Amino acid sequence: MLVNNQLLLVTPFIVLKKLAVLLLDTGAWGVAAFSVLRIAAGFLLGLFTAIVFAALAGRFRLAEVVLWPYISIIKSTPIASFIILCLIWLDARSLSVFIAFLIVLPVVYTNVLQGIKTTDSKLLEMAWLFEVTWWRRLRYIYVPQISPYLISACSVSIGMSWKAGIAAEVIGIPAGSIGEKLYEAKVYFSSGDLFAWTVIIIMISILFEKLFISGLKIFLGKGE
Amino acid sequence: MDIEIKNLYKSFGDQVVFQNFSAKLKKGQVTCLMGPSGAGKTTLLNILMGLMQPDSGEIVGVPAKKSAVFQEERLCESFSAVANVRLVCSKKTSYKISNKIIEDHLSEIGLDDSLYKPVRELSGGMRRRVSIVRAVLADRDVLFLDEPFKGLDEATKKTVMEYTKTNTQNKTVVMITHDPDEAKAMCQEAIYIKKGETANV
Repeated sequence: MLVNNQLLLVTPFIVLKKLAVLLLDTGAWGVAAFSVLRIAAGFLLGLFTAIVFAALAGRFRLAEVVLWPYISIIKSTPIASFIILCLIWLDARSLSVFIAFLIVLPVVYTNVLQGIKTTDSKLLEMAWLFEVTWWRRLRYIYVPQISPYLISACSVSIGMSWKAGIAAEVIGIPAGSIGEKLYEAKVYFSSGDLFAWTVIIIMISILFEKLFISGLKIFLGKGE
Repeated sequence: MDIEIKNLYKSFGDQVVFQNFSAKLKKGQVTCLMGPSGAGKTTLLNILMGLMQPDSGEIVGVPAKKSAVFQEERLCESFSAVANVRLVCSKKTSYKISNKIIEDHLSEIGLDDSLYKPVRELSGGMRRRVSIVRAVLADRDVLFLDEPFKGLDEATKKTVMEYTKTNTQNKTVVMITHDPDEAKAMCQEAIYIKKGETANV
């Protein structure tokens, strides 16, 4: 049976055993923290930049035109090409930050810009007539309009940033990262470790998404 | 200063709405714009508010600080009635307004049970009343009201008309209505618009 062959497909029991060993090992927590911090930093950086770019593009048509080719290139370039290029420019430890950033940027930018463009023009006319301050326009008109787009974009891009960030680590092999552990599992044919680390990645990704989306919803809705 | 409309011309494609239209809206008075649907009342109001440009002609004397009840309520759906009114209360001017004042105004026209509900949960008539309080409490020099009492039942309409009249005293108000009784109760002067022709009533 394939399941009994530890090289090809390990049993759930062995995965759980490996997982338990990893969860009790402080070194494994450090490895997870290394990757979490870098991928989360890349995600947040991408999110912030995308929102700023979308705000500029929504306000100034020229900014949208100038940004369009860059966003299109980032969207359509294979992530593996970026990873290999970045390995030349950056050190391996920063690679996952940059790759997560590149994954998040076009997704959030496109969605937030779409949200800005579909903002109710009649509400904006009302705000103009009553001379509503820009801060109140943002809070009362733009934020409720953009929120569903932003939440949906974040939900999609968190998972994507994890996948791409870990892939970057597997190729760049920065010391002390989850990617390095996956690479070692491949080299030593340790399917148990491979599955256990994959379970950890999935758990962290889901947890990060749930926490971040809940926090974002509270933040966006607190003025209502 | 009175608002003067001089030789206004406005068309949409082949359809001429105003041709050489002139009128005077007296300062501190309520002027009603009346006429059949499609005569151009809302277009004229939009031009006066600065939301639309005339093809030619001149409009002088429109104060910079304007307030309005639009044909649609134009409320921020996920925010409460109080928040929607607060949105337009300027912090820049000396006119500062507390939530208590907003609550009192909304309660005066029967919205005391709905002060902090998101406006998307309110009925059409309730939303209309929120937009009226918003226009009143914005405290601007001129108010443009586009069928402000539309969709209100008779009893509520009476209360809201009384509220509007009391709170817009000495302000220039331009109001669109189809109802002669509303015009009689609210306005000192009325302008009847019929396909670009006008006659003061």
